[in-house]
Amino acid sequence: MTDATFSPDEDVAKAPAKGLTTADGRPLKQALARAQSHARWRAFFLVAPLLAFILLTFVVPIGQMLHRSVYNDGFTLHEDIGSGTQTPLMTNLKTWFKDNPAGTDPDEAAFAALAADLLVLREVKAAGQAGTRINYELSGSRSMFTKAARRAKKLEPPYKEAILDLDEDWGDPMLWRVMRDATSAYTANFYLAAMDRTKDVDGNVVSVNENRQVYVKLFTRTLMLSLLITFLCFLLAYPIAHLLATLPLAKSNLLMILVLLPFWTSLLVRTTSWMVLLQSQGVVNDALVSMGLLGDENRLQMMYNQLGTIIAMTHILLPFMVLPLYSVMRPINPSYVRAARSLGATSWTAFRRIYFPQTVPGIGAGALLVFILAVGYYITPALVGGADGQLISNLIAFHMQKSLNWSLAAALAALLLGGILLLYWLYDRLVGIDNLKLG
Amino acid sequence: MADASRSDAFVEFERVQKSYDGETLVVKDLNLTLPKGEFLTMLGPSGSGKTTCLMMLAGFETATHGDIRLGGVSINNIPPHKRGIGMVFQNYALFPHMTIAENLSFPLEVRNIGKSEREAKVRRALEMVEMGGFEGRRPAQLSGGQQQRVALARALVFEPELVLMDEPLGALDKQLREKMQFEITRLAHDLGITTVYVTHDQTEALTMSDRVAVFNDGRIQQLAPPDELYEEPQNNFVAQFIGENNTLAGTVTEITGDRALVQLDSGEVIDAKPVNVSQAGERTRVSIRPERVEFKPERLPAGAHMLTAEVQEFIYMGDTFRTRLSVAGNDDFIMKCRNAPGQQRLVPGSTVQIGWMPDDCRALDA
Repeated sequence: MTDATFSPDEDVAKAPAKGLTTADGRPLKQALARAQSHARWRAFFLVAPLLAFILLTFVVPIGQMLHRSVYNDGFTLHEDIGSGTQTPLMTNLKTWFKDNPAGTDPDEAAFAALAADLLVLREVKAAGQAGTRINYELSGSRSMFTKAARRAKKLEPPYKEAILDLDEDWGDPMLWRVMRDATSAYTANFYLAAMDRTKDVDGNVVSVNENRQVYVKLFTRTLMLSLLITFLCFLLAYPIAHLLATLPLAKSNLLMILVLLPFWTSLLVRTTSWMVLLQSQGVVNDALVSMGLLGDENRLQMMYNQLGTIIAMTHILLPFMVLPLYSVMRPINPSYVRAARSLGATSWTAFRRIYFPQTVPGIGAGALLVFILAVGYYITPALVGGADGQLISNLIAFHMQKSLNWSLAAALAALLLGGILLLYWLYDRLVGIDNLKLG
Repeated sequence: MADASRSDAFVEFERVQKSYDGETLVVKDLNLTLPKGEFLTMLGPSGSGKTTCLMMLAGFETATHGDIRLGGVSINNIPPHKRGIGMVFQNYALFPHMTIAENLSFPLEVRNIGKSEREAKVRRALEMVEMGGFEGRRPAQLSGGQQQRVALARALVFEPELVLMDEPLGALDKQLREKMQFEITRLAHDLGITTVYVTHDQTEALTMSDRVAVFNDGRIQQLAPPDELYEEPQNNFVAQFIGENNTLAGTVTEITGDRALVQLDSGEVIDAKPVNVSQAGERTRVSIRPERVEFKPERLPAGAHMLTAEVQEFIYMGDTFRTRLSVAGNDDFIMKCRNAPGQQRLVPGSTVQIGWMPDDCRALDA
C-alpha cells in the first residue's frame, strides 16, 4: 500500500539512475514491454493460422524438396512398407569402399562384400530399389541387380569369378565408381545430372554424351520462351493498360471486365479453347482456308509446337501485365504530358521522356510477375506444346510421375528456384523492390 | 480605335466557338484581343468556359469554329509544342522522376540548346524565383509554394512571349497565395511577358490583372480593368460576381439623359444610373455596393431619394461594421461602414433612412 502514496517527484528523486518509472514505481521499460506484449500476442494469434498453413504447405515441402535433391537413400537403406523395419543396405561394400581409395580395382574382397550385400538385398527384397538408384547414373544396371540378387544364394567363392559369370558388366569400373558414390546417401550427383554433367570413372566432372544433353537446353529454352512471352505480353498490355487508364470510368470498367474475364476463367478451359482455335482443323485454319488465303493442304501448324505454347501462354499471362501497368498509369495526371508538350516536346518525346519513365515500376512488376509465372508454367505447354514446346516444369513433372527419379526432379526444381531468386535479387539491385507496384 | 487595337494585338480570338459533344456550346462566339505585355485574367465560375479558352490557346483543345491568332498568325493548326507558349498548371505538373534542374532543363533540351547555355539559363531562372540551390531536389521534396515557384521558372526558362496560367495558386494557403500573387505580377511586368491567367478567385483577378475578362455561360460578360469592373459592372452577373452587391428589383418609369427613375416592387421610387436599360417600362435590377450606402442625410446631396430601412443585424468586423437591413422587401441588404471614430452602431430593430449617390446605383438587366 505504500506504493500508492508515492508521489512522482519522490520517485524520480529516489532512483534517478534506474531511469523513468511509472506512477506506481515500476520501471517504465518493463511496463511498456508488458503493455505491448499483450498486443503482440494478440497479433500473433491472429496470424497463427496463416503462419501454420504457410509452414505446412509451403516451407516444409520446399525444404523437403531441397533435401531430396541432395539425398537419396535408395542404395543405403530399405524400409519395409508393411512393418516399417529399416534395414541398412550395402554395408559390406561400404566398408570396402572406405578401406580402399577411389580408383582401386575391385578385388576378391570387394566382390565378396558385394555377394554378402546381394544376399541382404534378396532377403529384404530391395534389389529393385538399389538397382534403380544405380540405374539413375548408369542405365541398364537395374536388371543386373535384380538378376544377381535372385542368384545370390548360389554364389560361391571365388566371388569375383562367380559374379562376373553372371554378367561381365559387374567388372565395369564405371559401375564401381557409381556404387561408391551411392553408398553415401548425400550426393550432389543429381545436380550434376540436372546440368547435363556426370562423373567419369575417375570421378572428374564431365559433360554427358551430346545426344543425352537435355536439361541445359531445356532450361535455356524455358528462359528464352519466358523472356519472349514476357516481352509479347508487354507489347500487347501497354496500349491496353494505357487505354484503360485514360478512358472515362464507365467505358474503362467495361474494358476492364473484358481483360479480367479470361483471368477468372479456368486455366484449363482457356488452354483447351486455344486448342480448338489453333489445331489444323481448327477455327483459325478453317477461316484462313475458307477465305482462300491458305490452301487446304497447307494448313498452318500452330499447335503442338513452340508457337502454340507462345500464343496460349501470352494470352493467359496477359492480365498479369495489364493490371500492374494499369495501376501505375491510372494516377499519372494527363497534365504531365500536356506540360511537356507546352514546353516544346513532340508527342513522341513527351511519351519517351515523361510518360514512359513514370510507368517503369509497373513494367517491372508486370514483367517480373509474368516472367516468374512463365518460367514455372506446366499445364499449357503440356497440352499445346508438343515436343519442342515443352518447358522445364514438364520435365520435372515427368521425373516425378513417370521416371520416379524424384531426386533429379528435386534438383531441377531447386535449380529453377535458385534461378528465379537470382533474377529477383538482380531485379532488386537494378530497379529496387520498393519500386514494384502490383496494384 | 479599332484599327489601333488591331495593329498591336498579340493574341486574338475571333468568333471562337467550342463544343465537346456537338450539342451544346461551351464557348459561344468569343472575341478577344490582347496587346503585348498585358496581364489578362479570365475570371468566372467553374464551367464558364474560361479553362477551355486557355486550353484552346495552349493547343490542347481545338476550336470548333473561329480563329485564334498569335502575333498575327493563325495557330489553329499548329501543334502545342510549336506554339512556344509557357504554361503553369493547376497542380504544377512538375515531372516527378526528374530533379528540379532536369525539369527546367527539359524545355531547353527539346530545343537543342547546348549544355553550358542550358545550365546558365536554368540557374538564372531559378534565381529569378528565389529557388537557387534547389537544383538537385526532386519535386516531392519541395513544399507547395516552392513547387509553384519552380513551375513558374520552368514556364519562363525558355523565354516565351506568352505565358498561360491555369489557377496556379489554387492549392496554396492564403498568405502564400498573396505573396505569390505579388511575385507573379512583378515577374510578368519585369520580363514584359504577355500573361493569360485563369482563376475563379476574384481577389486574385482584381489585384493582379491589367484587365479582367469575366466569363459566364461561354461568353465574356465584361472585359475591363479591375476598378472599372468593380465600380461600373455592365450587367447583373458581373455586379453579383465581383465583390459584394445589393440588388433591388423594379421597373423603369422614366429615363432622362443619364438618370433613370425606378419604381421598386415595394412602391418606392429611386434614382439610378441607366446602364443597360433603354426605355420606360423595362424591368430592371438596381445594384448598389454595400460601402456606398449611407444612413447620414448630411453626406448625401439635397433631394436624393431616401428609403426606410429596418436594422436586422449588426456585425462587428473589426475594421468595418456590417449592418444587415431590410429594405424595400429585401432582407439581405448589406451596409458597410468604416470603423471610424464616433461611428454610430445601429441597433437591431431600429429604423433608419438610407440613401446613396445616384451614380452608385446602377440600373442593370433584370
